Amino acid sequence: MSDTLLVEPSAVSPTQRVVGGLLRSREIAVGAVLVLVVVLTTIKNPNFLFSSDGWRDLLLSPSLLLLLAVGQTVVIITRNVDLSVGSILGLTAYFTGKLFVDHPGLPIWVVFLAGTAMGALLGLVNGALVAFGKVPALVITLGTLYIYRGIFLSWAGSDRINAGDMPSDFLALGTKTILTIPVLTIIGFVVLAAVGYYLYTARGGRELYAIGSDPDAAVLYGLPTRTRVLSAFVLCGALAGLAGVVYAARYGTVSSGAGYGMELQAVGAAVIGGVAIFGGSGTVWGAAIGAFLLVTINRALPVVGISDFWQRAVVGALIIAAIVLDRVFSAREERRLVAARDEMRKS
Amino acid sequence: MTSATLDRSASRTYPAYSRPLWRRALFTREFAVIALLIAVLFYSNANVPNFDSPLTMYYLFLDIAPILLIALPMTMIIITGEIDLSVASVVGLSSVLVGVLHQDAGMSIPVAGAVAILVGAVCGAFNGFLVAYVGLPSLAVTIGTLALYRGIAVGLLGTKAVTDFPEKWTDLAKERITEGSSYPMILVPFLVLAIVFVALLHFSPFGRGVYEIGLNDEAAHFSGVDVERTKFWLFVMAGAVSAFAGIYYTLRFGSARGDNATGLELQVIAAVLLGGVSIFGGRGALHGVLAGAVLIGVISSAMRLESYTVNVINIVIGTLLVLSVMSTSLLAWVQGQLARRRVSHSSETGQRRQAAAATDSTNER
Repeated sequence: MSDTLLVEPSAVSPTQRVVGGLLRSREIAVGAVLVLVVVLTTIKNPNFLFSSDGWRDLLLSPSLLLLLAVGQTVVIITRNVDLSVGSILGLTAYFTGKLFVDHPGLPIWVVFLAGTAMGALLGLVNGALVAFGKVPALVITLGTLYIYRGIFLSWAGSDRINAGDMPSDFLALGTKTILTIPVLTIIGFVVLAAVGYYLYTARGGRELYAIGSDPDAAVLYGLPTRTRVLSAFVLCGALAGLAGVVYAARYGTVSSGAGYGMELQAVGAAVIGGVAIFGGSGTVWGAAIGAFLLVTINRALPVVGISDFWQRAVVGALIIAAIVLDRVFSAREERRLVAARDEMRKS
Repeated sequence: MTSATLDRSASRTYPAYSRPLWRRALFTREFAVIALLIAVLFYSNANVPNFDSPLTMYYLFLDIAPILLIALPMTMIIITGEIDLSVASVVGLSSVLVGVLHQDAGMSIPVAGAVAILVGAVCGAFNGFLVAYVGLPSLAVTIGTLALYRGIAVGLLGTKAVTDFPEKWTDLAKERITEGSSYPMILVPFLVLAIVFVALLHFSPFGRGVYEIGLNDEAAHFSGVDVERTKFWLFVMAGAVSAFAGIYYTLRFGSARGDNATGLELQVIAAVLLGGVSIFGGRGALHGVLAGAVLIGVISSAMRLESYTVNVINIVIGTLLVLSVMSTSLLAWVQGQLARRRVSHSSETGQRRQAAAATDSTNER
């Protein structure tokens, strides 16, 4: 009796299992929807994909949300949430512009570094308050959302950063491509790959999942919960800071609306990509595909003849559909496991 | 053995009830907020020019009326441990509906308003159904419906605005209770609703159920609370009240737009949390929440009179929110430190005795 397992090891071959797992994975499902959207829109208007601008925009537009969604995913996995990313993005975008205005000769990589460090610092404030204050992240980051945006707007005043304030090399990054892939998207992909690899293989990454699935158990097990949660927030802030620099390069102007409402889009992208809002499961790959899907749908709607005023409704419906589907699948899985357990008890 | 158990039960005290009633009533989070509100009011009256003019209070209440209204159901939702982020979108949707139904369908304002409230209730019911009966996390659901309802509102009207409302109704939204009084008319429906919600939350079995759900929904279920139905109706109420706030918002500014009241949900939640409601659920009271909402209004209008920009005001409100939620754990930490110091002071000898007892027990083994 003691050596019977709750679930028998699968009898199918490893290859079949991997293929089956892939087919059932959330990332593939969302990716398929993304491909479907792109194909349908391209049939309607071939320029959506096949003109050089269309191809570039397809890859370039999601790069901002991609960075935010990756950071947000890391935080959500630890059963927290960071609502202040939109404000961090706005603040660092303005900071970037200000750096160029005050120190015209600054090399571009220094600006990238400075923006990321600025974001990390703001994330550190969030993380320290959450990890040491024993207060839910939702409340803290709601507070810092106000504070950071207030700092941004009172610092900027009526002033705004225009394209003329920034060196042309920097602005060229916004349109430059390598092998038809925009540089800013490559930055996003590199970040995605690094964070994804870390979460999947590294001890620290796995511990983030452990903390998110059961914070109390993680403490009892002796995991450094505080430092891990703190560093998740620092990473999220740093990526939002990087996104701020990318924003400045991509749009060339930074006005008071920069990053407004992006926090909910980032959470939405993660949720669509299969990241459970209560932590402990989901991947950055999923969140990245979710970000691509959100932005691409927004761009596809006008092409297929739906007024782009409706895009927010579509995004909302998509988020709801994603979580309802999740629920249906997990309920089915649970029933299957319960059935397996009853079967075992009978025998 | 038996005597030891008897001893313990005889000396058992109930900390919450060991203090006299007035201390239990006064030394609470809610009264801390009220005291802060009174202090800010006194300070502003004395130091801020024009703060004591009747117009200040009039505009203050006109501005915070939507927050006050929505804070009522939001308090109950947060006490059950859920959250509703979609309220501001329902405000926007109901604003657009009133505009469209009045202008295009030619309905009178009361009929259009009734339809809008009905639609608001349906929006709330959709949230409530997904949260209570399907069992989805309310944070995720209402982030989705935040986008969905706002999207419908913007989709219906685009960037246009309906501004053609009969003066009778737009004046009503801005009217004072009595001629020359500094309190606007909107406070009358608000007070009625406030009394209903206070009765519901603090003096009814339904309200006790709300607290029980927040403390432990499984235990609430086993003690006979219908957890699903309670949550469902709370979301319906939030939708209906938000829709009412939307009608007020439309008439007060005389314009129905899709992006009306964007971001209002965060202000409402800030007011509720500032008022001492725990985001984990299970604790909080309406008088604290109302004081919190008024406090935010008073601080912003005092700072505006001192000609600070809205950005500085946002920084102050954000800091206040963070401090107010941190205060609980800060106080606990300070108390812990004090208790530890007291123990280490008085137990120099005690520790030695303990050490001796420990060696005794090892010897026995």
